[in-house]
Amino acid sequence: MSAVLDTVAKDAAAPAPRRATHTLEPRWVRHALITVALLFLTLFLFVPLVAVFFEALKRGWATYVEAVIDPDALAAIKLTFIAAGISVPLNLVFGVAASWAIAKFDFRGKSVLLTLIDLPFSVSPVIAGLIYVLLFGAQGWFGPWLMDHDIKILFAVPGIVLATVFITFPFVARELIPLMQAQGSEEEEAALVLGASGWATFFRVTLPNIKWGLLYGVILCNARAMGEFGAVSVVSGHIRGETNTMPLQVEILYNEYNFTAAFAIASLLALLALVTLAIKSLIEWRLHAARKTNLQMQTTEHRA
Amino acid sequence: MNPFVSRSSANRVIPGFGLSLGFTIFYLALIVLIPLSAIFLKTFTMSWDAFWSAVTSPRVMASYRLSFGAALIGALINVIFGGIVAWVLVRYKFPGKRFIDALVDLPFALPTAVAGITLTSLYSSNGWIGQYLEKLGIKVAFTPLGVVLALTFIGLPFVVRTVQPVLEDAERELEEAAASLGASPWQTFIRVILPGIVPALLTGFALAFARATGEYGSVVFIAGNMPMVSEITPLFIITKLEQYDYAGATAIAVVMLVVSFVLLLTINLLQAWTRKRAGKS
Repeated sequence: MSAVLDTVAKDAAAPAPRRATHTLEPRWVRHALITVALLFLTLFLFVPLVAVFFEALKRGWATYVEAVIDPDALAAIKLTFIAAGISVPLNLVFGVAASWAIAKFDFRGKSVLLTLIDLPFSVSPVIAGLIYVLLFGAQGWFGPWLMDHDIKILFAVPGIVLATVFITFPFVARELIPLMQAQGSEEEEAALVLGASGWATFFRVTLPNIKWGLLYGVILCNARAMGEFGAVSVVSGHIRGETNTMPLQVEILYNEYNFTAAFAIASLLALLALVTLAIKSLIEWRLHAARKTNLQMQTTEHRA
Repeated sequence: MNPFVSRSSANRVIPGFGLSLGFTIFYLALIVLIPLSAIFLKTFTMSWDAFWSAVTSPRVMASYRLSFGAALIGALINVIFGGIVAWVLVRYKFPGKRFIDALVDLPFALPTAVAGITLTSLYSSNGWIGQYLEKLGIKVAFTPLGVVLALTFIGLPFVVRTVQPVLEDAERELEEAAASLGASPWQTFIRVILPGIVPALLTGFALAFARATGEYGSVVFIAGNMPMVSEITPLFIITKLEQYDYAGATAIAVVMLVVSFVLLLTINLLQAWTRKRAGKS
Protein backbone atom coordinates (compact mmCIF):
# COMPACT_ATOMS: atom_id res chain seq x y z
CA MET A 1 0.00 0.00 0.00
CA SER A 2 2.74 2.42 0.92
CA ALA A 3 4.28 1.98 -2.50
CA VAL A 4 1.14 3.32 -4.10
CA LEU A 5 0.97 6.20 -1.67
CA ASP A 6 4.62 7.08 -2.03
CA THR A 7 4.35 8.09 -5.67
CA VAL A 8 4.08 11.84 -5.09
CA ALA A 9 7.14 12.00 -2.91
CA LYS A 10 9.12 9.82 -5.29
CA ASP A 11 7.92 11.93 -8.15
CA ALA A 12 9.04 15.10 -6.41
CA ALA A 13 12.45 13.75 -5.49
CA ALA A 14 13.44 11.66 -8.49
CA PRO A 15 15.20 13.12 -11.52
CA ALA A 16 13.07 13.77 -14.59
CA PRO A 17 12.50 10.59 -16.60
CA ARG A 18 14.33 10.38 -19.86
CA ARG A 19 12.22 10.85 -22.95
CA ALA A 20 11.76 7.63 -24.87
CA THR A 21 13.69 8.48 -28.03
CA HIS A 22 13.70 5.12 -29.72
CA THR A 23 13.18 1.52 -28.73
CA LEU A 24 15.43 -1.43 -29.29
CA GLU A 25 12.77 -4.10 -29.60
CA PRO A 26 11.05 -4.85 -32.93
CA ARG A 27 7.87 -2.98 -33.79
CA TRP A 28 5.65 -6.08 -33.51
CA VAL A 29 6.83 -6.70 -29.93
CA ARG A 30 5.94 -3.12 -29.05
CA HIS A 31 2.47 -3.43 -30.56
CA ALA A 32 1.89 -6.82 -28.92
CA LEU A 33 2.85 -5.49 -25.49
CA ILE A 34 0.63 -2.40 -25.84
CA THR A 35 -2.25 -4.64 -26.95
CA VAL A 36 -1.82 -7.05 -24.02
CA ALA A 37 -1.62 -4.16 -21.52
CA LEU A 38 -4.68 -2.43 -22.94
CA LEU A 39 -6.72 -5.65 -23.07
CA PHE A 40 -5.83 -6.45 -19.46
CA LEU A 41 -6.74 -2.96 -18.24
CA THR A 42 -9.93 -2.87 -20.31
CA LEU A 43 -11.08 -6.17 -18.87
CA PHE A 44 -10.17 -5.40 -15.27
CA LEU A 45 -10.72 -1.66 -14.97
CA PHE A 46 -12.66 -0.11 -17.81
CA VAL A 47 -15.45 -2.68 -18.22
CA PRO A 48 -16.27 -2.81 -14.46
CA LEU A 49 -16.30 0.98 -14.29
CA VAL A 50 -18.72 1.27 -17.20
CA ALA A 51 -20.83 -1.58 -15.78
CA VAL A 52 -21.44 0.27 -12.48
CA PHE A 53 -23.03 3.24 -14.23
CA PHE A 54 -24.82 1.07 -16.79
CA GLU A 55 -26.46 -1.09 -14.11
CA ALA A 56 -27.37 2.01 -12.08
CA LEU A 57 -29.10 3.74 -15.01
CA LYS A 58 -30.56 0.60 -16.62
CA ARG A 59 -34.11 1.36 -15.48
CA GLY A 60 -33.92 5.03 -16.36
CA TRP A 61 -33.12 8.30 -14.67
CA ALA A 62 -36.32 8.44 -12.55
CA THR A 63 -35.64 5.08 -10.88
CA TYR A 64 -32.06 6.17 -10.28
CA VAL A 65 -33.07 9.41 -8.54
CA GLU A 66 -35.72 7.56 -6.54
CA ALA A 67 -33.09 5.10 -5.26
CA VAL A 68 -30.75 7.93 -4.26
CA ILE A 69 -33.33 10.05 -2.42
CA ASP A 70 -34.78 7.07 -0.54
CA PRO A 71 -34.71 8.03 3.19
CA ASP A 72 -32.53 5.03 4.13
CA ALA A 73 -30.09 5.90 1.33
CA LEU A 74 -29.94 9.55 2.45
CA ALA A 75 -29.33 8.43 6.05
CA ALA A 76 -26.50 6.21 4.79
CA ILE A 77 -24.99 9.11 2.81
CA LYS A 78 -25.20 11.34 5.90
CA LEU A 79 -23.52 8.74 8.13
CA THR A 80 -20.75 8.23 5.55
CA PHE A 81 -20.05 11.98 5.58
CA ILE A 82 -20.06 12.05 9.41
CA ALA A 83 -17.59 9.13 9.63
CA ALA A 84 -15.26 10.67 7.04
CA GLY A 85 -15.74 14.16 8.50
CA ILE A 86 -14.42 13.01 11.87
CA SER A 87 -11.75 10.50 10.86
CA VAL A 88 -10.07 12.55 8.10
CA PRO A 89 -9.33 15.66 10.28
CA LEU A 90 -8.11 13.45 13.16
CA ASN A 91 -5.71 11.56 10.90
CA LEU A 92 -4.69 14.83 9.22
CA VAL A 93 -3.53 16.30 12.56
CA PHE A 94 -1.78 13.03 13.36
CA GLY A 95 -0.13 12.92 9.94
CA VAL A 96 1.28 16.45 10.31
CA ALA A 97 2.54 15.80 13.85
CA ALA A 98 4.12 12.46 12.91
CA SER A 99 5.83 13.80 9.79
CA TRP A 100 7.15 16.86 11.71
CA ALA A 101 8.67 14.61 14.39
CA ILE A 102 10.07 12.08 11.92
CA ALA A 103 11.29 14.42 9.15
CA LYS A 104 12.75 17.23 11.27
CA PHE A 105 14.43 15.30 14.09
CA ASP A 106 16.73 12.33 14.61
CA PHE A 107 15.82 9.96 17.38
CA ARG A 108 16.25 6.34 18.31
CA GLY A 109 13.55 3.91 17.21
CA LYS A 110 12.50 5.99 14.20
CA SER A 111 12.30 3.01 11.85
CA VAL A 112 10.23 1.09 14.40
CA LEU A 113 7.85 4.06 14.61
CA LEU A 114 7.59 4.16 10.80
CA THR A 115 6.71 0.45 10.71
CA LEU A 116 4.12 0.86 13.47
CA ILE A 117 2.46 3.73 11.56
CA ASP A 118 2.11 1.35 8.59
CA LEU A 119 0.52 -1.39 10.70
CA PRO A 120 -3.15 -0.64 9.96
CA PHE A 121 -2.40 -1.13 6.23
CA SER A 122 -1.47 -4.74 6.81
CA VAL A 123 -4.34 -5.60 9.16
CA SER A 124 -7.37 -7.17 7.47
CA PRO A 125 -10.40 -4.84 7.67
CA VAL A 126 -12.36 -7.62 9.34
CA ILE A 127 -9.75 -7.84 12.11
CA ALA A 128 -9.87 -4.04 12.52
CA GLY A 129 -13.58 -4.38 13.22
CA LEU A 130 -13.05 -7.37 15.51
CA ILE A 131 -10.76 -5.26 17.73
CA TYR A 132 -13.62 -2.93 18.63
CA VAL A 133 -15.98 -5.85 19.28
CA LEU A 134 -13.43 -7.21 21.78
CA LEU A 135 -13.07 -3.79 23.42
CA PHE A 136 -16.61 -2.46 23.48
CA GLY A 137 -18.86 -5.52 22.90
CA ALA A 138 -21.14 -6.90 25.62
CA GLN A 139 -18.42 -9.41 26.60
CA GLY A 140 -15.56 -6.96 25.91
CA TRP A 141 -13.16 -5.15 28.22
CA PHE A 142 -15.30 -2.03 28.55
CA GLY A 143 -18.63 -3.68 27.67
CA PRO A 144 -20.13 -3.98 31.19
CA TRP A 145 -19.01 -0.47 32.18
CA LEU A 146 -20.50 1.03 29.01
CA MET A 147 -23.72 -0.86 29.62
CA ASP A 148 -23.95 0.46 33.20
CA HIS A 149 -23.52 4.02 31.97
CA ASP A 150 -25.82 3.52 29.00
CA ILE A 151 -23.19 4.47 26.41
CA LYS A 152 -23.40 2.78 23.02
CA ILE A 153 -20.24 2.44 20.95
CA LEU A 154 -20.62 -0.90 19.18
CA PHE A 155 -23.50 -1.16 16.69
CA ALA A 156 -23.73 2.65 16.85
CA VAL A 157 -22.10 5.68 15.21
CA PRO A 158 -19.04 5.91 17.55
CA GLY A 159 -17.99 2.35 16.64
CA ILE A 160 -18.23 3.14 12.93
CA VAL A 161 -16.13 6.28 13.40
CA LEU A 162 -13.49 4.39 15.44
CA ALA A 163 -13.20 1.62 12.85
CA THR A 164 -12.85 4.23 10.08
CA VAL A 165 -10.16 6.12 12.02
CA PHE A 166 -8.18 2.88 12.44
CA ILE A 167 -8.43 1.90 8.76
CA THR A 168 -7.41 5.35 7.45
CA PHE A 169 -4.79 5.98 10.16
CA PRO A 170 -1.58 5.94 8.02
CA PHE A 171 -2.79 7.73 4.87
CA VAL A 172 -1.77 11.37 5.51
CA ALA A 173 1.36 10.45 7.48
CA ARG A 174 2.63 8.09 4.75
CA GLU A 175 2.23 10.87 2.21
CA LEU A 176 3.86 13.67 4.22
CA ILE A 177 6.82 11.86 5.80
CA PRO A 178 8.82 11.19 2.59
CA LEU A 179 7.87 14.63 1.21
CA MET A 180 9.08 16.52 4.29
CA GLN A 181 12.20 14.35 4.50
CA ALA A 182 13.04 15.24 0.90
CA GLN A 183 12.52 18.96 1.53
CA GLY A 184 14.84 19.16 4.55
CA SER A 185 14.57 21.94 7.14
CA GLU A 186 16.81 24.77 5.88
CA GLU A 187 13.86 27.08 5.16
CA GLU A 188 12.38 26.52 8.63
CA GLU A 189 15.77 27.13 10.24
CA ALA A 190 16.14 30.41 8.34
CA ALA A 191 12.68 31.57 9.46
CA LEU A 192 13.39 30.67 13.08
CA VAL A 193 16.79 32.38 13.09
CA LEU A 194 15.11 35.50 11.72
CA GLY A 195 12.81 35.45 14.76
CA ALA A 196 9.62 33.73 13.62
CA SER A 197 7.81 31.70 16.26
CA GLY A 198 7.47 27.92 15.88
CA TRP A 199 3.79 28.06 14.86
CA ALA A 200 4.38 30.98 12.48
CA THR A 201 7.20 29.00 10.86
CA PHE A 202 4.92 26.01 10.45
CA PHE A 203 2.00 27.97 8.94
CA ARG A 204 4.02 30.41 6.80
CA VAL A 205 6.93 28.21 5.68
CA THR A 206 6.21 24.49 6.07
CA LEU A 207 2.53 24.40 5.19
CA PRO A 208 2.89 26.17 1.80
CA ASN A 209 5.68 23.72 0.95
CA ILE A 210 3.71 20.60 1.77
CA LYS A 211 0.22 21.71 0.71
CA TRP A 212 -0.01 19.49 -2.39
CA GLY A 213 1.26 16.41 -0.60
CA LEU A 214 -1.14 17.18 2.23
CA LEU A 215 -4.09 17.50 -0.15
CA TYR A 216 -3.06 14.26 -1.86
CA GLY A 217 -3.01 12.42 1.45
CA VAL A 218 -6.33 13.92 2.50
CA ILE A 219 -8.21 12.90 -0.66
CA LEU A 220 -6.87 9.33 -0.50
CA CYS A 221 -7.74 9.18 3.21
CA ASN A 222 -11.22 10.50 2.46
CA ALA A 223 -11.82 8.01 -0.37
CA ARG A 224 -10.90 5.12 1.87
CA ALA A 225 -12.92 6.51 4.80
CA MET A 226 -16.07 6.83 2.69
CA GLY A 227 -15.62 3.49 0.98
CA GLU A 228 -14.57 1.29 3.90
CA PHE A 229 -16.65 -1.86 4.06
CA GLY A 230 -15.14 -4.78 6.01
CA ALA A 231 -14.25 -3.05 9.27
CA VAL A 232 -17.43 -0.98 9.36
CA SER A 233 -19.53 -4.04 8.53
CA VAL A 234 -18.31 -5.84 11.67
CA VAL A 235 -19.09 -2.96 14.07
CA SER A 236 -22.20 -1.50 12.45
CA GLY A 237 -24.95 -3.94 13.37
CA HIS A 238 -26.66 -3.05 10.05
CA ILE A 239 -29.55 -1.05 11.48
CA ARG A 240 -31.34 0.53 8.52
CA GLY A 241 -31.45 4.31 8.52
CA GLU A 242 -29.23 4.39 11.62
CA THR A 243 -25.92 2.54 11.37
CA ASN A 244 -25.62 1.89 7.64
CA THR A 245 -22.93 3.69 5.68
CA MET A 246 -23.12 3.86 1.88
CA PRO A 247 -21.12 0.66 1.24
CA LEU A 248 -23.25 -1.21 3.78
CA GLN A 249 -26.42 0.11 2.16
CA VAL A 250 -25.10 -1.20 -1.17
CA GLU A 251 -24.64 -4.64 0.39
CA ILE A 252 -28.14 -4.75 1.91
CA LEU A 253 -29.85 -3.67 -1.31
CA TYR A 254 -27.79 -6.14 -3.33
CA ASN A 255 -28.61 -9.04 -1.01
CA GLU A 256 -32.29 -8.12 -1.33
CA TYR A 257 -31.93 -8.49 -5.13
CA ASN A 258 -32.69 -4.77 -5.47
CA PHE A 259 -29.83 -4.52 -7.97
CA THR A 260 -30.73 -1.19 -9.57
CA ALA A 261 -30.89 0.61 -6.22
CA ALA A 262 -27.68 -1.10 -5.07
CA PHE A 263 -25.87 0.06 -8.20
CA ALA A 264 -27.35 3.56 -7.86
CA ILE A 265 -25.66 4.00 -4.46
CA ALA A 266 -22.58 2.19 -5.81
CA SER A 267 -22.42 4.67 -8.71
CA LEU A 268 -22.16 7.56 -6.23
CA LEU A 269 -19.19 5.80 -4.62
CA ALA A 270 -17.68 5.12 -8.05
CA LEU A 271 -18.08 8.82 -8.85
CA LEU A 272 -16.23 9.64 -5.64
CA ALA A 273 -13.44 7.28 -6.75
CA LEU A 274 -13.25 8.98 -10.17
CA VAL A 275 -13.11 12.46 -8.62
CA THR A 276 -10.38 11.22 -6.26
CA LEU A 277 -8.35 9.89 -9.19
CA ALA A 278 -8.84 13.11 -11.15
CA ILE A 279 -7.63 15.32 -8.27
CA LYS A 280 -4.76 12.93 -7.65
CA SER A 281 -3.65 13.12 -11.30
CA LEU A 282 -3.94 16.93 -11.28
CA ILE A 283 -1.71 17.15 -8.21
CA GLU A 284 0.81 14.78 -9.79
CA TRP A 285 0.97 16.82 -12.99
CA ARG A 286 1.35 19.99 -10.93
CA LEU A 287 4.25 18.55 -8.96
CA HIS A 288 5.74 17.29 -12.20
CA ALA A 289 5.56 20.75 -13.76
CA ALA A 290 6.90 22.41 -10.61
CA ARG A 291 9.83 20.03 -10.63
CA LYS A 292 10.59 20.76 -14.27
CA THR A 293 10.69 24.54 -13.72
CA ASN A 294 12.84 23.94 -10.64
CA LEU A 295 15.31 21.92 -12.67
CA GLN A 296 15.36 24.57 -15.41
CA MET A 297 16.01 27.29 -12.85
CA GLN A 298 18.85 25.26 -11.39
CA THR A 299 20.50 24.75 -14.76
CA THR A 300 20.21 28.44 -15.70
CA GLU A 301 21.64 29.46 -12.31
CA HIS A 302 24.44 27.03 -12.92
CA ARG A 303 25.24 28.59 -16.26
CA ALA A 304 25.10 32.18 -15.01
CA MET B 1 17.77 16.85 27.71
CA ASN B 2 15.37 14.64 25.87
CA PRO B 3 16.52 11.02 26.07
CA PHE B 4 15.10 10.25 22.61
CA VAL B 5 17.18 12.85 20.76
CA SER B 6 20.57 11.55 19.74
CA ARG B 7 23.50 13.81 20.52
CA SER B 8 24.53 14.12 16.90
CA SER B 9 21.24 15.86 16.07
CA ALA B 10 21.96 19.20 14.51
CA ASN B 11 18.38 20.41 14.35
CA ARG B 12 18.52 22.28 17.63
CA VAL B 13 16.72 25.33 16.22
CA ILE B 14 13.54 23.54 15.16
CA PRO B 15 10.98 23.52 17.96
CA GLY B 16 8.12 21.18 18.67
CA PHE B 17 9.95 17.87 19.02
CA GLY B 18 8.35 16.95 22.33
CA LEU B 19 4.88 18.04 21.25
CA SER B 20 4.89 16.35 17.83
CA LEU B 21 6.51 13.08 18.91
CA GLY B 22 4.49 12.97 22.13
CA PHE B 23 1.23 13.40 20.24
CA THR B 24 2.32 10.88 17.58
CA ILE B 25 3.08 8.18 20.15
CA PHE B 26 -0.05 8.96 22.21
CA TYR B 27 -2.34 8.76 19.17
CA LEU B 28 -0.58 5.66 17.81
CA ALA B 29 -1.00 3.90 21.17
CA LEU B 30 -4.62 4.98 21.55
CA ILE B 31 -5.82 4.11 18.04
CA VAL B 32 -3.57 1.23 16.99
CA LEU B 33 -1.38 -0.38 19.63
CA ILE B 34 -3.71 -0.69 22.64
CA PRO B 35 -6.72 -1.87 20.57
CA LEU B 36 -4.54 -4.32 18.62
CA SER B 37 -3.12 -5.74 21.84
CA ALA B 38 -6.70 -6.67 22.81
CA ILE B 39 -6.56 -9.42 20.17
CA PHE B 40 -3.43 -11.00 21.63
CA LEU B 41 -4.59 -10.61 25.25
CA LYS B 42 -7.90 -12.26 24.38
CA THR B 43 -6.14 -15.37 23.06
CA PHE B 44 -4.11 -15.63 26.29
CA THR B 45 -7.39 -16.42 28.08
CA MET B 46 -7.70 -19.57 25.92
CA SER B 47 -5.97 -22.84 26.69
CA TRP B 48 -3.36 -23.95 24.16
CA ASP B 49 -5.50 -26.92 23.10
CA ALA B 50 -8.56 -24.74 22.56
CA PHE B 51 -6.46 -22.26 20.56
CA TRP B 52 -4.86 -24.98 18.46
CA SER B 53 -8.13 -26.73 17.64
CA ALA B 54 -9.73 -23.35 16.74
CA VAL B 55 -7.00 -22.47 14.25
CA THR B 56 -6.61 -25.93 12.69
CA SER B 57 -10.21 -27.12 12.26
CA PRO B 58 -10.82 -28.58 8.77
CA ARG B 59 -13.10 -25.68 7.81
CA VAL B 60 -10.57 -23.03 8.76
CA MET B 61 -7.75 -24.97 7.05
CA ALA B 62 -9.83 -24.96 3.86
CA SER B 63 -10.29 -21.19 4.25
CA TYR B 64 -6.52 -20.64 4.64
CA ARG B 65 -5.88 -22.67 1.50
CA LEU B 66 -8.38 -20.56 -0.44
CA SER B 67 -7.35 -17.16 0.99
CA PHE B 68 -3.61 -17.67 0.63
CA GLY B 69 -3.83 -19.75 -2.56
CA ALA B 70 -6.06 -17.29 -4.40
CA ALA B 71 -3.99 -14.34 -3.12
CA LEU B 72 -0.86 -16.06 -4.46
CA ILE B 73 -2.36 -16.69 -7.90
CA GLY B 74 -3.78 -13.15 -8.06
CA ALA B 75 -0.42 -11.63 -7.13
CA LEU B 76 1.36 -13.78 -9.75
CA ILE B 77 -1.08 -12.65 -12.46
CA ASN B 78 -0.37 -9.08 -11.39
CA VAL B 79 3.40 -9.58 -11.57
CA ILE B 80 3.11 -10.64 -15.22
CA PHE B 81 0.45 -8.23 -16.46
CA GLY B 82 1.33 -5.41 -14.02
CA GLY B 83 4.93 -5.68 -15.23
CA ILE B 84 3.78 -5.38 -18.85
CA VAL B 85 1.50 -2.42 -18.01
CA ALA B 86 4.33 -0.61 -16.19
CA TRP B 87 6.68 -1.23 -19.13
CA VAL B 88 4.17 0.01 -21.69
CA LEU B 89 3.32 3.12 -19.63
CA VAL B 90 6.99 4.08 -19.17
CA ARG B 91 8.48 3.17 -22.56
CA TYR B 92 5.81 3.69 -25.21
CA LYS B 93 3.64 6.53 -26.42
CA PHE B 94 0.06 5.88 -27.42
CA PRO B 95 -3.20 7.81 -27.37
CA GLY B 96 -4.99 7.95 -24.02
CA LYS B 97 -1.85 7.09 -22.05
CA ARG B 98 -2.40 9.73 -19.36
CA PHE B 99 -5.97 8.59 -18.82
CA ILE B 100 -4.92 4.94 -18.55
CA ASP B 101 -2.10 5.84 -16.18
CA ALA B 102 -4.59 7.57 -13.89
CA LEU B 103 -7.07 4.68 -14.16
CA VAL B 104 -4.52 2.15 -12.83
CA ASP B 105 -5.25 3.36 -9.28
CA LEU B 106 -8.98 2.64 -9.64
CA PRO B 107 -8.95 -0.57 -7.55
CA PHE B 108 -7.35 1.48 -4.82
CA ALA B 109 -9.92 4.29 -4.93
CA LEU B 110 -13.04 2.27 -5.68
CA PRO B 111 -14.79 1.04 -2.51
CA THR B 112 -14.38 -2.73 -2.24
CA ALA B 113 -18.13 -3.39 -1.97
CA VAL B 114 -18.67 -1.60 -5.30
CA ALA B 115 -15.95 -3.70 -6.91
CA GLY B 116 -17.51 -6.81 -5.40
CA ILE B 117 -21.05 -6.35 -6.72
CA THR B 118 -19.79 -5.14 -10.12
CA LEU B 119 -17.49 -8.10 -10.72
CA THR B 120 -20.24 -10.46 -9.56
CA SER B 121 -22.79 -9.03 -11.99
CA LEU B 122 -20.23 -9.07 -14.86
CA TYR B 123 -19.21 -12.69 -14.31
CA SER B 124 -22.50 -14.26 -13.20
CA SER B 125 -24.11 -16.59 -15.74
CA ASN B 126 -26.19 -13.81 -17.33
CA GLY B 127 -23.54 -11.08 -17.01
CA TRP B 128 -21.68 -9.29 -19.82
CA ILE B 129 -18.63 -11.55 -19.57
CA GLY B 130 -20.05 -14.51 -17.62
CA GLN B 131 -22.52 -15.53 -20.33
CA TYR B 132 -19.72 -16.15 -22.84
CA LEU B 133 -17.53 -17.98 -20.33
CA GLU B 134 -20.53 -20.12 -19.39
CA LYS B 135 -20.75 -21.34 -22.99
CA LEU B 136 -17.11 -22.42 -22.74
CA GLY B 137 -17.97 -24.30 -19.56
CA ILE B 138 -16.14 -21.87 -17.27
CA LYS B 139 -17.95 -20.72 -14.14
CA VAL B 140 -16.36 -17.74 -12.40
CA ALA B 141 -18.95 -16.22 -10.06
CA PHE B 142 -19.61 -18.21 -6.87
CA THR B 143 -16.53 -20.42 -7.36
CA PRO B 144 -12.90 -20.16 -6.14
CA LEU B 145 -12.09 -18.74 -9.59
CA GLY B 146 -14.21 -15.71 -8.66
CA VAL B 147 -12.08 -15.23 -5.54
CA VAL B 148 -8.94 -15.20 -7.72
CA LEU B 149 -10.57 -12.66 -10.05
CA ALA B 150 -11.51 -10.27 -7.22
CA LEU B 151 -8.07 -10.54 -5.60
CA THR B 152 -6.38 -9.89 -8.96
CA PHE B 153 -8.51 -6.74 -9.33
CA ILE B 154 -7.65 -5.28 -5.92
CA GLY B 155 -3.93 -6.11 -6.24
CA LEU B 156 -3.58 -4.56 -9.71
CA PRO B 157 -2.07 -1.13 -8.81
CA PHE B 158 0.67 -2.48 -6.54
CA VAL B 159 3.03 -4.08 -9.08
CA VAL B 160 2.49 -1.31 -11.66
CA ARG B 161 3.21 1.46 -9.15
CA THR B 162 6.34 -0.15 -7.69
CA VAL B 163 7.88 -1.08 -11.05
CA GLN B 164 7.05 2.20 -12.85
CA PRO B 165 9.52 4.51 -10.99
CA VAL B 166 12.32 1.92 -11.24
CA LEU B 167 11.85 1.63 -15.01
CA GLU B 168 11.79 5.44 -15.31
CA ASP B 169 15.14 5.69 -13.56
CA ALA B 170 16.70 2.76 -15.43
CA GLU B 171 19.71 3.70 -17.54
CA ARG B 172 18.81 3.27 -21.18
CA GLU B 173 22.49 3.54 -22.12
CA LEU B 174 23.09 0.10 -20.65
CA GLU B 175 20.49 -1.43 -22.93
CA GLU B 176 21.90 0.41 -25.93
CA ALA B 177 25.38 -0.78 -25.00
CA ALA B 178 24.14 -4.37 -24.74
CA ALA B 179 22.45 -4.07 -28.14
CA SER B 180 25.50 -2.55 -29.80
CA LEU B 181 27.63 -5.37 -28.39
CA GLY B 182 25.41 -7.79 -30.27
CA ALA B 183 22.82 -8.83 -27.69
CA SER B 184 19.38 -9.68 -29.05
CA PRO B 185 16.40 -7.77 -27.61
CA TRP B 186 15.47 -10.90 -25.65
CA GLN B 187 18.99 -11.24 -24.22
CA THR B 188 19.00 -7.55 -23.33
CA PHE B 189 15.72 -8.01 -21.50
CA ILE B 190 16.83 -11.10 -19.55
CA ARG B 191 20.38 -9.95 -18.77
CA VAL B 192 20.06 -6.17 -18.41
CA ILE B 193 16.51 -5.04 -17.77
CA LEU B 194 15.09 -7.87 -15.68
CA PRO B 195 17.80 -7.90 -12.97
CA GLY B 196 17.14 -4.19 -12.40
CA ILE B 197 13.41 -4.55 -11.86
CA VAL B 198 13.34 -7.86 -9.94
CA PRO B 199 13.40 -6.21 -6.49
CA ALA B 200 10.52 -3.93 -7.50
CA LEU B 201 8.56 -6.84 -8.98
CA LEU B 202 9.02 -8.80 -5.75
CA THR B 203 7.98 -5.81 -3.63
CA GLY B 204 4.88 -5.30 -5.76
CA PHE B 205 4.12 -9.01 -5.52
CA ALA B 206 4.43 -8.97 -1.72
CA LEU B 207 2.26 -5.84 -1.42
CA ALA B 208 -0.46 -7.31 -3.66
CA PHE B 209 -0.30 -10.63 -1.81
CA ALA B 210 -0.50 -8.95 1.62
CA ARG B 211 -3.47 -6.84 0.59
CA ALA B 212 -5.25 -9.83 -0.95
CA THR B 213 -4.92 -12.16 2.06
CA GLY B 214 -6.96 -9.84 4.28
CA GLU B 215 -9.38 -8.63 1.62
CA TYR B 216 -13.08 -8.96 2.39
CA GLY B 217 -15.41 -6.54 0.59
CA SER B 218 -14.63 -7.35 -3.02
CA VAL B 219 -14.59 -11.11 -2.39
CA VAL B 220 -17.72 -11.87 -0.34
CA PHE B 221 -20.11 -11.07 -3.16
CA ILE B 222 -18.42 -13.14 -5.87
CA ALA B 223 -17.16 -16.05 -3.73
CA GLY B 224 -20.44 -17.80 -3.05
CA ASN B 225 -19.14 -18.40 0.49
CA MET B 226 -19.63 -22.17 0.62
CA PRO B 227 -17.89 -23.68 3.66
CA MET B 228 -14.88 -25.84 2.67
CA VAL B 229 -15.11 -24.64 -0.96
CA SER B 230 -15.29 -20.88 -1.41
CA GLU B 231 -15.14 -19.43 2.11
CA ILE B 232 -12.24 -17.01 2.72
CA THR B 233 -10.63 -16.66 6.16
CA PRO B 234 -11.89 -13.09 6.89
CA LEU B 235 -15.45 -14.28 6.20
CA PHE B 236 -14.94 -17.25 8.51
CA ILE B 237 -13.94 -14.79 11.28
CA ILE B 238 -17.22 -12.95 10.75
CA THR B 239 -19.16 -16.23 10.80
CA LYS B 240 -17.53 -17.07 14.15
CA LEU B 241 -18.47 -13.61 15.47
CA GLU B 242 -22.07 -14.06 14.40
CA GLN B 243 -22.12 -17.32 16.40
CA TYR B 244 -20.79 -15.32 19.42
CA ASP B 245 -17.63 -17.47 19.35
CA TYR B 246 -15.38 -14.48 20.13
CA ALA B 247 -12.47 -16.63 21.29
CA GLY B 248 -12.54 -18.71 18.09
CA ALA B 249 -12.74 -15.60 15.89
CA THR B 250 -9.85 -14.00 17.78
CA ALA B 251 -7.66 -17.12 17.51
CA ILE B 252 -8.00 -17.13 13.71
CA ALA B 253 -7.40 -13.36 13.66
CA VAL B 254 -4.11 -13.90 15.53
CA VAL B 255 -2.94 -16.36 12.86
CA MET B 256 -3.79 -13.83 10.13
CA LEU B 257 -2.11 -10.98 12.05
CA VAL B 258 1.10 -12.96 12.48
CA VAL B 259 1.12 -13.70 8.74
CA SER B 260 0.57 -9.99 7.96
CA PHE B 261 3.38 -8.93 10.31
CA VAL B 262 5.77 -11.35 8.62
CA LEU B 263 4.67 -9.98 5.23
CA LEU B 264 5.11 -6.38 6.43
CA LEU B 265 8.64 -7.18 7.57
CA THR B 266 9.41 -8.89 4.24
CA ILE B 267 8.07 -5.88 2.33
CA ASN B 268 10.23 -3.48 4.36
CA LEU B 269 13.32 -5.58 3.62
CA LEU B 270 12.41 -5.80 -0.08
CA GLN B 271 11.92 -2.03 -0.29
CA ALA B 272 15.32 -1.46 1.34
CA TRP B 273 16.80 -3.82 -1.27
CA THR B 274 15.05 -1.95 -4.09
CA ARG B 275 16.45 1.37 -2.85
CA LYS B 276 19.94 -0.10 -2.53
CA ARG B 277 19.78 -1.46 -6.08
CA ALA B 278 18.49 1.86 -7.38
CA GLY B 279 21.26 3.71 -5.52
CA LYS B 280 23.96 1.52 -7.03
CA SER B 281 23.05 1.88 -10.68
